[in-house]
Amino acid sequence: MTNVVFWILAPLAAASGFMVFVFNSMARATIALLVSFLASGGLLIWLGLAYLGTVVILMMIMEMVIMAVFMIAYMMNPAGLTQMSMYHNKRGSLAIGTATFVLLAAGIFAAPWPHRAGRAPRDPTFQLGTALMGPQMLTMIVLGVTLFATMVAAVVLATHRGRYDRFGDDLKRRPPADPVRGGVDG
Amino acid sequence: MVGSAPLWAVLAVPAVLAVFALTAATADAVLAARAAGQRVTWTVLAAPLAEVPRLLAAQRRTTPAPDALLWRLGLAAIPAAGVLSAVVIPFGHVTVSRMSVGVVWFNAMEVLTWAGVWMAGWGPNSVLSLVGGYRFVAQGLAYELPLMFALICAATGAQSLNAADIAAAQGHLWFAVWMPAAFAVYLVSVYAFSFLGPFAYPAGRDLAGGVAAELSGPDRLMLEAGRWLLLTSGAGMAVPLFLGGGAGPALPPWAWSAVKTLAVLGLLVWGRRRLPVIRADRYAELAWVVLIPLMIAQALAVALVVLTMGGPP
Repeated sequence: MTNVVFWILAPLAAASGFMVFVFNSMARATIALLVSFLASGGLLIWLGLAYLGTVVILMMIMEMVIMAVFMIAYMMNPAGLTQMSMYHNKRGSLAIGTATFVLLAAGIFAAPWPHRAGRAPRDPTFQLGTALMGPQMLTMIVLGVTLFATMVAAVVLATHRGRYDRFGDDLKRRPPADPVRGGVDG
Repeated sequence: MVGSAPLWAVLAVPAVLAVFALTAATADAVLAARAAGQRVTWTVLAAPLAEVPRLLAAQRRTTPAPDALLWRLGLAAIPAAGVLSAVVIPFGHVTVSRMSVGVVWFNAMEVLTWAGVWMAGWGPNSVLSLVGGYRFVAQGLAYELPLMFALICAATGAQSLNAADIAAAQGHLWFAVWMPAAFAVYLVSVYAFSFLGPFAYPAGRDLAGGVAAELSGPDRLMLEAGRWLLLTSGAGMAVPLFLGGGAGPALPPWAWSAVKTLAVLGLLVWGRRRLPVIRADRYAELAWVVLIPLMIAQALAVALVVLTMGGPP
């Protein structure tokens, strides 16, 4: 039974990942990538990492939908809406992709996996987190805050309408000059 | 999946969910008939159920150069999201999946509608439908974070992500009573992810039906059934998260679960006709400027209560 789950989800993840480069539509390529992520999330749940698997599913649906919107919006011309090729340097990318897959898959069989000592807890998410980043936890937390601050700063720098545009130079204009009336502050 | 349930339980989820959804749609039809000044006859009562064979038999609309794959996939994803989100909802003592992270699973399956509605809007190669699909994504960006914080409040209160544990933690006081803001935001978000009532904007009349503009026959059935299944699943999850689950005097737990689910569904169906449709950009401002800070304050209050009292009150 458990192997059935693997043999459905693992080929699905690999095949739909490959289909990203076969489809000639932005929308289909994005959804193929999403299917690949969903299958990977399912595999994580199957491995007993329910929290990680579910979060992968949750985040990837949101991210892929938003990515589809932006990829289609930013494609020059109406290429996002019409058919287009998803790759440059077809042979090179195919060779690199296949080689990477073979290398990683070979690593699975070549690695000397340890035998299980003791029993796994009901939800091993905490143990996995400690094993992955234990001594580096402080670094990871600082990194997370830094990344978030970078994102906020980038949005602040990129926005073409800041508070001085809305509330005037002395920040006293009420209601603010918004292109669309209404909302929270009138 | 963590935990196991008998196989019949997996089949029971869509059946039970469909019965509740049909009840809600029938109640909605009755309210619509009364609002229109019609008498409530058997024809009105049977209309939602009669719509099923009618749509199944109706011809499917085709458009020039559709993306049929994404179109059908998206339409299938909407009812699938409703059913899959319901597998973690405890009904009385029975939960189909005793997954340790049921609340996160519910959230993930409800987010599946993002992809579903966007694909359903993209598929038919039609402007109104496409705009409808994009509207849902905009709406999603507005409602999702307050909803996540509302779920976090309930999970923090019970110190568990499992819906049955959360229901069990409300032995003395329902979460709806001492975290009312989270409960209110949750109920509003149920409308949002089922894009009904005030959040019917992606399928708005101003867009000739938006995401549903090009749908007929079985395709329309998938979308409409999906919306009501999502509303029902949302109402069902409100019971373990905020209304004490199946706990109550005299009646057995499954009966209390059913009564409470029907009460929440009744409130949502009644409110659906009382509230105007809100545009996604307006709701985004309200959500990000008012609701997210409110929800963070609510989560902080819940965390402080749990820390000082050593558990939920």
